[in-house]
Amino acid sequence: MSVRGLQTYILKQILMLVFTILGITVIAFAFVRLLPGDPAIALLGDFATPSEIERLRVALGLDKPLYVQYLIYLNMLIKGDLGYSMLVQEPVLDLLKPRFLNTLQLAALSIGIAVCVGVVMGVLSAWKRGTILDNLFRGISLVGFSIPVFWLALIMMLIFSLYLGLLPAIGSGDLLHTILPAMTLSMWALGPISRVTRACMLDLFEADFVTLARAKGLSQRDILLKHVLRNALIPVVTLVGLQFGTLIGGALVTEVVFNYRGLGWTMVEHLMRRDYPVIQGGILVSGLSISVINSVVDVLYRIMDPRIKGAIRG
Amino acid sequence: MGLKEKFRERLWLVRRSSSYIVFKDRVKRSRTTQFAISAILILLFVGLFADYLAPKPYWKQFTEHTYESPSLGFLMGVDHLGRDILSRVIIGANIAIYVMFTVILLSTCLGLTIGLVSGFTGGIVDAIIMRLIDIWLAFPPILLGLVLLTILGTGINNAVLAVSIALAAPYARLVRAQVIQTKERLFVENARALGVGNLGILFRHIIPNISSPLIVQAAFSLASALLSEAALSFIGLGVQPPMPSWGLMIYEARIYMRISPYGMIFPGIALFLTVLSFNILGETLRDIMDPRSISIVKL
Repeated sequence: MSVRGLQTYILKQILMLVFTILGITVIAFAFVRLLPGDPAIALLGDFATPSEIERLRVALGLDKPLYVQYLIYLNMLIKGDLGYSMLVQEPVLDLLKPRFLNTLQLAALSIGIAVCVGVVMGVLSAWKRGTILDNLFRGISLVGFSIPVFWLALIMMLIFSLYLGLLPAIGSGDLLHTILPAMTLSMWALGPISRVTRACMLDLFEADFVTLARAKGLSQRDILLKHVLRNALIPVVTLVGLQFGTLIGGALVTEVVFNYRGLGWTMVEHLMRRDYPVIQGGILVSGLSISVINSVVDVLYRIMDPRIKGAIRG
Repeated sequence: MGLKEKFRERLWLVRRSSSYIVFKDRVKRSRTTQFAISAILILLFVGLFADYLAPKPYWKQFTEHTYESPSLGFLMGVDHLGRDILSRVIIGANIAIYVMFTVILLSTCLGLTIGLVSGFTGGIVDAIIMRLIDIWLAFPPILLGLVLLTILGTGINNAVLAVSIALAAPYARLVRAQVIQTKERLFVENARALGVGNLGILFRHIIPNISSPLIVQAAFSLASALLSEAALSFIGLGVQPPMPSWGLMIYEARIYMRISPYGMIFPGIALFLTVLSFNILGETLRDIMDPRSISIVKL
């Protein structure tokens, strides 16, 4: 593709992203308005005094029409104000920042494990197509995305913490506490990775440049690793990007099981105590990061494989 | 021709169709598919006749047996309140069936409508709907479920509604892509040239021709519907106690996991086998109906 075409494509993606981001702010804004009862009371919690409620009503512009309220909210966001949690007496942004980093760490480690194991599984499956090994790996990936993550998490905990005593069962902060949840989530991620690797490699075995490499007399191993695998990894990178995005919001249940203080855990924990500003902030943060990651993945895919016209998402 | 003859003719047509023959052949050869189909049939049977099959009432407390391991009297053991886990798993199958099939019905209707409108109309309407779907998909189903249930309030029917809404977006996308492909095909143009109206083209020509990928998607959606409901019940937003949804049972059992793990293990196995079977069924159907696609199953 020409550089010009790529520029137009990126520009179009950015425009679409801006639209999506605005949409997510609308959802975060609407969330509080859709809660039963007065938004100011919902945001302040049950123990707010009438004067506090009155002050917030004025600050949010609750007496003004909805679109003005939305603009006020948008203006707050631009200033980096995600609201204030009365429950922990802390701005939502300060509360969510370390939790978000925890989730990023968890997602990165899970995806790291999944890529290492999944790609190897995929390569071996493609290489030994039709053998017991191939079937075994396909079975593992099927089990991986059929097993409920929270149940797998509990089983992991039962085996590794309660029976074997190897790893801490709950908590977060250091790498040791991240291992079990990351292993759990990598089980979910590795199936699709190994399948896509396998499918793309099988496709590429038929490609012209592989036939050429064979004609040049390269060894089977060199062809497999240097020519086929390299090209097969392009869709894998895309898939991994999308999975990473999903994990930022979707690791929620696993975080709850392991008491891992990530974004999802925080949202559930504060939901139980009806601390809605934190939920609103969480919706915004996870929605934004997922849509940004998805757009970056789309652009990267386009740069890596110029033949593809559309995204493979969906 | 009477209704009976008509039905017989239809059945004969289905039996002659290539998909059905390939499917039958596949079932004959593949052990995995046999396993999946038997598991689904057992689930349906157990779920539909749960009230008669459960050996004890699911709510009845045998307090002197609390935390007991599996025995002849309680085949799957007893939970923290002294309730028979087997009976609760059986009633859970009933709830699972209700959740899965209601979700699939709702999300198919919603996704089909949106996808058809978007794909068939095209232009600015399509562009706007697609951007809205992008926003929709920026939230993983579990997170969207959490947000919706916070607004709607907890409970099984609200959980079903929330999961249906969350799962409708990928559906709409799929339908739209298929419609756009199909509406350019020659037989649609022919029909148009013969004076068939928009609705006629939609219902007589487009929908029948995009049904295969939809059926495949439906099998996978059944699996993810159950998984999402279980996850929502697990964080306390879905089915409420004392109803025995499998996800909720696992949630309740995790607290006393140290004393007796059976309350968590058996509902988990039921959940896992059900999801696995529907995923296998989905893969089988996809291999038959849409051999070119590679499998990416979403969370």
